[in-house]
Amino acid sequence: MSSLDPSFLIKAPTHPVGVYKVSKNQVFKDHRRFGFSNIVLVLTILFLFTPLIVVITYSFNSSKGMMWTGFSLKWYAALLFDSEELWRAFLNSFIIAISSSAVATVLASLAAVGIKWYSFKGRQFIQTLSFLPMVLPEVIIGISMLIFFTAIKLPLGMFSIFIAHTTFNLPFVFLLVSARLDEFDFTILEAARDLGASERQTLMKVIVPSIMPGVMSGLLMSITMSLEDFVITFFVSGPGSTTLPLYVYSMIRYGVSPVINALSFVLILSIILLAFALRRFLKVIAASS
Amino acid sequence: MKGYDVQIENVSRAYGSFKALDDVSIDIKKGEFFSLLGPSGCGKTTLLRIIAGFDSPDTGILLFDGKEILSQPPEKRHVNTVFQSYALFPHLTVYENVAFPLRLKKIDKNLIDSKVREYLHLVQLDSHIHKKPGKLSGGQKQRVAIARALINEPSVLLLDEPLSALDAKLRQNLLVELDHLHDQIGITFIYVTHDQSEALSVSDRIAVMNQGKVLQVGTPYEIYESPATDFVARFIGETNLFEATVVNCDPYEDYFMTTLDIPALNSLVKVTDYDNLEKGQRVSFTVRPEKLKITGERPNKVGKDINLFHGIVEEPIYSGFQSKYYVLLENSTVIKVIQQHANYMDEGPEIDWKDSVFVSWSAEDGYIVEVVDS
Ligand SMILES: Nc1ncnc2c1ncn2[C@@H]1O[C@H](COP(=O)(O)OP(=O)(O)OP(=O)(O)O)[C@@H](O)[C@H]1O
Ligand SMILES: [Mg+2]
Repeated sequence: MSSLDPSFLIKAPTHPVGVYKVSKNQVFKDHRRFGFSNIVLVLTILFLFTPLIVVITYSFNSSKGMMWTGFSLKWYAALLFDSEELWRAFLNSFIIAISSSAVATVLASLAAVGIKWYSFKGRQFIQTLSFLPMVLPEVIIGISMLIFFTAIKLPLGMFSIFIAHTTFNLPFVFLLVSARLDEFDFTILEAARDLGASERQTLMKVIVPSIMPGVMSGLLMSITMSLEDFVITFFVSGPGSTTLPLYVYSMIRYGVSPVINALSFVLILSIILLAFALRRFLKVIAASS
Repeated sequence: MKGYDVQIENVSRAYGSFKALDDVSIDIKKGEFFSLLGPSGCGKTTLLRIIAGFDSPDTGILLFDGKEILSQPPEKRHVNTVFQSYALFPHLTVYENVAFPLRLKKIDKNLIDSKVREYLHLVQLDSHIHKKPGKLSGGQKQRVAIARALINEPSVLLLDEPLSALDAKLRQNLLVELDHLHDQIGITFIYVTHDQSEALSVSDRIAVMNQGKVLQVGTPYEIYESPATDFVARFIGETNLFEATVVNCDPYEDYFMTTLDIPALNSLVKVTDYDNLEKGQRVSFTVRPEKLKITGERPNKVGKDINLFHGIVEEPIYSGFQSKYYVLLENSTVIKVIQQHANYMDEGPEIDWKDSVFVSWSAEDGYIVEVVDS
């Protein structure tokens, strides 16, 4: 093959390069005036962020009440050095989020692949059924889980929360991975075989990498949902398995402690940082798809 | 290693009760540029998939260089495919797509690099090597697919309508490139298309397929000039096709002068043919539009082997180098005529809408497609 003479190819490229490129904002820039849409935008942002700003402001208040009495960092000190229980709840939340989302992602991805790949009896039924937890009210899921766990005599605690979270995370991951698979061009599997890949190589080098973006977004979504879930967790938690949302709720029952304000600010900050990191990460993933 | 002979013998493949391939037999020679031509759904892809090894026939055999190959999995066949949808790996760059087959073989990195660059240069993609397939144009994707299929140095390259997604101009260019590529590397190309002009222009031989059956195998010239069935006549190029009955058939020089009764023309038509046909036999008669002559005046000398008809121009279609006329004959049959514009025309073609014209052709220019009585 090295003796190939590509001289016949030396001529103008048949396809002009870069003609379609239009500067990203060019089209829209000229229409940017202060109009109705901008007013709506500002109002929406105010509506969304005013409560947060209030919370953040009060986290620096030196007294407990709604009166501003001066700047202080004492609630942050309390949060850091005097809130052992809060941190234990946080650790619980963290453990459950990581473990349940990992398990849900693996199971749901396999399910999505299985339902796409193979045809079997009841396939459509399973597909429809798997969306049920997504549309059912959380209260109902929580209650039914509680009844179920009690019936099978499963002690309520970390494990029951783990099961519950895995369950409600499943359909979301399933949906995301399925969406990814819908775009999946099955002929690339034949192409891989055609080019000499074995079945295993096809799985590892073609299938897994090309559905990875769906799997990753499923994982991230389940982590978030697990971290913030209150209703279902409320029903299936037991002694010693308080998660962060449950703990915060219990604190509020004895009056809003400014420690919660401080915690809110810390959470908001870390979520912003995390979001930036994720954006980076998702960009890398998107570029690879 | 150069191309294989590919022999397809009595291959059938059914999906349920639907016969996608019905007793297909084709002999493809080493190094040939062979086209499978047929309308959508006629089983072309199915046949390619069987050759590549993604599907196996219900009955029939497949031989590469005389050796049975059906028992071999796709990765062992020395066959590579350019897929109808390109099937590029979306998560890999152009470079990595082309390198994919080599990476599987655990070849030395430098060797892979030089080879990948060589093949990317061959298909003129040097400047796009780090793009993902999603960012390429249709023509570029197609080149990546070709480079990727060739890098394994297969003995047979299967191309499944690789140009169907492209515009006409680009398609012409790439077709010429494919032809050059074939001349250079000399392996067997099996090219699937439903575009007859594509097939005619590059193939050494063509198999015309319809509804799972092979209707005719031949050179582009044979297929165009001597179609084996009505379908082939109509599918390849444009034609005028009429049902006819043989009135008589006389020896004439070294062939036969046949007189046909064509009800649609309400007239007898003369045609020369190599076969001695029986009186009363029902046949199809075809004459290509570009073989008809169209004149405004009645030709003053009409030989005895000229068929002449009078009609009105229903619709003239001017397309630069030629004009096509739909001429309504006296008994309300429409016949197509194509006139080449070989000379400079100051004021456009002489023949216009609603003009009274004479259409004629010589007995030698018609062709009898035999009707198999069923
Ligand atoms: N897996 C399958 N199950 C059922 N029918 C199939 C299957 N694959 C192909 N067919 C049918 O077989 C026939 C031939 O299909 P094939 O893909 O070979 O057509 P084709 O000639 O390649 O058409 P096109 O030009 O549109 O690509 C079609 O009618 C198609 O519906
Ligand atoms: Mg096809």
